[in-house]
Amino acid sequence: MTGYDDGQPRMGFFTDTSVCIGCKACEVACKEWNGVPENPFAWTGESYDNTSSLGANTWRHVAFIESGGQSTASTVQSASSVQSEDEDFRWLMSSDVCKHCTTAACLDVCPTGALFKTEFETVVVQEDVCNGCGYCVPACPYGVIDRRESDGRAWKCTLCYDRLKVGEEPACAKACPTDSINFGTLEAMTAMAADRLDVVVAAGRAGAQLYGDGPSGGVDGAGSVFLLLDDPEVYGLPPDPIAGSKHLPSLWGAAAAAAVTLAGAVAAAFVGGRR
Amino acid sequence: MTTPVGRGPGRRRLRGGPGSVVPSAQIRTYYDRPVLKQPVWTWEIPAYFFTGGLAGASASLGSMARRGGHPLLARAARRIALGGVVVSPALLISDLGRPERFHHMLRVFRPTSPMSVGTWVLTVFGPAAGASAVLAELGWWPRLQRLAETVAGGLGPVMATYTAVLVADTAIPVWHEARHELPFVFAGSAAASAGAAATLLVPTAESGPARRLAVTGGLLELGAAEVMRARLGELGEPYRLADAHRWSRAATVCTAAGTALLGLVGRRRRVAVAGSALLLAGSVCQRWAVYRAGFISAADPKYTVAPQRRRIEERG
Amino acid sequence: MAEAHPVGFQWVVEAQRRGATVIHVDPRFTRTSALADVHVPIRAGSDIAFLGGIVNHILTNERDFREYVVAYTNAATILRDDFVDTEDLDGLFSGWDPDTRSYDVGSWQYAGMAAGSAAGNREIATSAAETTGAGGAKLEHGDPPERDETLTHPRCVYQVLKRHFSRYTPDVVERVCGVPPELFARVADALCDNSGRERTGAFCYAVGWTQHSVGVQYIRTAAIIQLLLGNIGRPGGGILALRGHASIQGSTDIPTLYDLLPGYIPMPHAQAYSDFSDYVRRNAAPTGFWGHMSAYLVSLLKAWWGDAATADNDFCFDYLPRISGDHSTYQTLQDMLDGKVNGYFLFGENPAVGSANGRMHRLAMAKLDWLVVRDLVEIESATFWKDAPEIATGELRTADIGTEVFLLPAAAHTEKDGTFTQTQRLLQWHHKAVEPKGDCRSDLWFTYHLGRLLRERLAGSDDPRDRPLLDLTWDYLGESSGGESANEWGEPSADAVLREINGYDADGDLLSGFGELRDDGSTSCGCWIYSGCYADGVNQTARRRPGNQQSWVAPEWGWAWPANRRILYNRASADPDGQPWSARKRYVWWDAAQVRWTGEDVPDFPATTPPDYEPADGATAEQALSGREPFIMQADGRAWLYVPSGLVDGPLPTHYEPHESPVANPLYAQQANPARELVDHPANAYNPSAGQPGAQRFPYVVTTYRLTEHHTAGGMSRFQAHLAELQPEMFCEVSPQLAAECGLEHRGWATIITSRTAIEARVLVTQRIAPLRVQGRTVHQVGLPWHWGGRGLVTGDSANDLFGLALDPNVHIQEVKAASCDIRPGRRPRGPALRRLVESYVEQGADT
Repeated sequence: MTGYDDGQPRMGFFTDTSVCIGCKACEVACKEWNGVPENPFAWTGESYDNTSSLGANTWRHVAFIESGGQSTASTVQSASSVQSEDEDFRWLMSSDVCKHCTTAACLDVCPTGALFKTEFETVVVQEDVCNGCGYCVPACPYGVIDRRESDGRAWKCTLCYDRLKVGEEPACAKACPTDSINFGTLEAMTAMAADRLDVVVAAGRAGAQLYGDGPSGGVDGAGSVFLLLDDPEVYGLPPDPIAGSKHLPSLWGAAAAAAVTLAGAVAAAFVGGRR
Repeated sequence: MTTPVGRGPGRRRLRGGPGSVVPSAQIRTYYDRPVLKQPVWTWEIPAYFFTGGLAGASASLGSMARRGGHPLLARAARRIALGGVVVSPALLISDLGRPERFHHMLRVFRPTSPMSVGTWVLTVFGPAAGASAVLAELGWWPRLQRLAETVAGGLGPVMATYTAVLVADTAIPVWHEARHELPFVFAGSAAASAGAAATLLVPTAESGPARRLAVTGGLLELGAAEVMRARLGELGEPYRLADAHRWSRAATVCTAAGTALLGLVGRRRRVAVAGSALLLAGSVCQRWAVYRAGFISAADPKYTVAPQRRRIEERG
Repeated sequence: MAEAHPVGFQWVVEAQRRGATVIHVDPRFTRTSALADVHVPIRAGSDIAFLGGIVNHILTNERDFREYVVAYTNAATILRDDFVDTEDLDGLFSGWDPDTRSYDVGSWQYAGMAAGSAAGNREIATSAAETTGAGGAKLEHGDPPERDETLTHPRCVYQVLKRHFSRYTPDVVERVCGVPPELFARVADALCDNSGRERTGAFCYAVGWTQHSVGVQYIRTAAIIQLLLGNIGRPGGGILALRGHASIQGSTDIPTLYDLLPGYIPMPHAQAYSDFSDYVRRNAAPTGFWGHMSAYLVSLLKAWWGDAATADNDFCFDYLPRISGDHSTYQTLQDMLDGKVNGYFLFGENPAVGSANGRMHRLAMAKLDWLVVRDLVEIESATFWKDAPEIATGELRTADIGTEVFLLPAAAHTEKDGTFTQTQRLLQWHHKAVEPKGDCRSDLWFTYHLGRLLRERLAGSDDPRDRPLLDLTWDYLGESSGGESANEWGEPSADAVLREINGYDADGDLLSGFGELRDDGSTSCGCWIYSGCYADGVNQTARRRPGNQQSWVAPEWGWAWPANRRILYNRASADPDGQPWSARKRYVWWDAAQVRWTGEDVPDFPATTPPDYEPADGATAEQALSGREPFIMQADGRAWLYVPSGLVDGPLPTHYEPHESPVANPLYAQQANPARELVDHPANAYNPSAGQPGAQRFPYVVTTYRLTEHHTAGGMSRFQAHLAELQPEMFCEVSPQLAAECGLEHRGWATIITSRTAIEARVLVTQRIAPLRVQGRTVHQVGLPWHWGGRGLVTGDSANDLFGLALDPNVHIQEVKAASCDIRPGRRPRGPALRRLVESYVEQGADT
């Protein structure tokens, strides 16, 4: 599918958020290995998350959600079918990362070819090619990639391409102490995720669900599988993301029809007098 | 007033807008933070929507005008197109994060990327429209000039509509969900601005086709925009908020007024000038409205989460 | 544990995967609680009542592991009949002297004997002892203590224990701790159900237990539980002290404490001993491995003074410095304020942020003549003279501070060889990976060359006072692992130091273990418990065989003292006949065919002593203990449910309120630990506690804790952008209810006030620090991370500035995990107005 002929299986992540302890070693290890600059310091008061989201300078982001329990009037209780009003208090933590989509919208819209699929079927930006057009930024349905202000180019997780090339696991997976972040062939990660889901569900943990697994969906499957303990949007993830290029026929079709209409309007303008 | 942390699974009411067929949903978000990233583009991009569309439609107008024996109109349209293709690349290059690497756009041709397609279109259209205008002014190589003019004229409608595909081929709901209508909005806007600009540059005796194109374009622009907002329903709310609302309202008012003036009293020179100016202003405001609506749509997670959650529930 | 030991916590997660139940007891719901099966919110400072409730549950419901308790603990030992318990003295034990504020521990002893302790205060002298160390007991009459194995004698430890804890009912646990009965029952049942022959449970604790004026007694209560349940010395059991620093275990093993010599040998006291033999006689024990005290001490002296140490001069015993009292940090602090301390070395320590009552430390350092700070960055303790909070308030003026400060850059652990000794007594060698930058140097380099320069200055002196320094063996330059040449200013060899610590025999060969140490001067050893770490000429601490390539005990990763033993007292994993309590929990057992103890680990027992061995009369040291007495460091070979000697504040744990508490002790008239150490100094004003006038000025409980993102006083994290950005501001955690009561806004500011000072913090309103119902009323708790100071990429006020000095009397550890405070919205005043705010509280407190 990628055009490589080397028998290299697709590699990916399985992030098991049920054992994430929110230590942020993944955030730091990623930045240290990849030389990613720090963000401006900003205390958000959003639980223990002062990083807020993935971006050009954040390639691993740990989310913290305090939910359930006894709340005062201004703590909004979820009305979803998963949680009830008097559910036990939970503190959910999850390390987010680029999904390395099968159908990667960022790659599809990149006009310079800077974004490409590696032999590991990961999505990587070539920093010497990117000219900072910024098109990938609104194209990503997960809001992952962004342009670095100080630099002008787009940056995101490379799935530690340089480490993979020498048979090492990504820095975040290596640093994660509880094996919340697992790395391996996507096939193994998907199987691990399914097994782990069974265990977690059997243990009675509410809201457990897989995210990004399997080849279906709007990006035809992700290279990062997650086990979440609540709906994706609670973690800031889109519940049902779609890569824009899945709608290319209607996109170009509408343009073609409009172009024809414009041409017709120009022609029709000459029916009638000069004045 | 205490506001506890842990608004994590915060609920947001998504109001059903006019024409909305889906009941309001209660959704949860991550501290109301956006799911998507806002575009990093700046003013040059909506400016380019305008100048590129203007140049494209003008090239088509000019090509038709010359064939139909309207030399003054053709010359005016060619000059307008020339102006557009001089300004447009400068705008685009200026917006790049690494302007010196603009030529990297020509490393690949990627049909899945409207920007790639558009870059190549501009790469052909630009020199063609430029050569057409310059050669015509100089009177050199008429056959080459006519070839260039034909190419530019043929690519004109593509120039005027591909930018709509560019914004629609993103994850931003107010753009992507309007992918069927936006090209018509942009086409109408380009036609209106091309017709209006040409009307300004030629005497009334010659400006008939230009005025007719402008009026057709204005009606198409208004109609398509109306249909777009109706079909967007609650996702169209950004057009009713903040500066997008102001640009949108200005676009409607200017385009409607300009269309009416040109259409009804366009033979009077002063009215034609006023009407043309209004149409041009309306076209600019229309591009800005679309541009700014995208930012608002990306910034609020409800526009992303609600329809997706609904889709999941409907799938069962 | 997930917050402060995220890497270690992976093993808790692993255990959970294998079916373990994880229970987290903490005033806050932390990142540990997020993964735990049960979280028990508890009022900070009330853990003895909680644990006492569990003890009571075990005893009342007879859930104890009876065979273990009878065989291996002092449950059956009978106490003197003049022992009086807190039950009868409303919170005091017999022997209390209100004038000296100390106990005469005589009445606590076993009937018919005086047992010295293996740890804690080993001096039997009645004064509050300054020496701490580990030693054996004296059996004055040479007989084992009197016992009743039916456990029915009214003065046997078991019955005394039962009576002492009988008032710690589930209702009391709820009233004192704020823990509802259902939750308490769940914990107690889980512990009991998971103990016994087939299963074991473990306790892990950190400074949430130790940093109290009754800290040692907290751990004692846990020890009682684990002994009653038979969880000590068994795999999956025990009590694990999680340390706050990579090598803080090492800092007491090879001590940086004033009162200890390496291997927990007590530092000699100037007045207490007349000479070497007197010291040995009084600190060695007739039974247990402390019986070989003289061998350990003589070998240490030989390591330090080499050939100069001979039998004629008591092996240079008189070269050792003497202590004359309490020289602990907080005593030194007071001496500093009194102008009695000229100079101070701070090696990787930042008292301006990390110590309780930071203001007092900064005022004290301004009285020094000189201060040497060695650190990785320019910490607050090095710059107090220009940017301490007291400069802003006007209490200190830079021009008036005469302290000369030397800031010397230190090498980081990746830039030098050495070892860490962590919580499991595991020594792990770390290799130098890169050269230190510029002038940065290791502590070893600094200390070595400082000594070298001092010796050069004193060379040729005939003053006897200079002999101790001049006669030292001081040759550590040699090959370091970096292969540097041995030039005069070179890096000393950490490897050489480790070998000296391991010890050599008379032929200069490396020793295999402390059993080879002699007291005739033929052996040398820098630390007897570490002997064996370089056995066979191999740096055992550098071993790194992966876990999946060796047994589950993993003895070939690093080296644990003593003797690479991974679980102490593991004889207790087998029954009195030497057979494992169960196949599932087999660990160490007697192999009759081989006539020796064997198993998964190094047996913590004389290798060839059979289970049925009975000591002959007059047997000494380890020979004096029978084959059924696993607790070989104790005088009676048994684990102590009741501690007859070694602790200054009671043989049994008792619930006392923290020194500063808004809650009156519901159990006894004695409010707080009667023996707790207090510091009477104007800079150390205390909040009034419940029952004292003005207590209502400080109605909330305040506690401190760590965040994963930062490290201790922030020197290694606030100066690092990638860490600083993770937690960029000092904040406090309060419940929605407390926020409503005090008008605190989430993401706003709050000022927290005690009698010492006021600090400001951003406000995080969260359910994770819940209000508790204590004694029928609501008690609120304020949570403070303590990582911030005035310097670095991210700055903020220091939480420890709020706390006063009230110390555990056994170990002089400050109570910073439970105190009282007030909190109000808004930022704190600047300049002199800050002092006026604090004084207004103190004055008002005194008046009302």
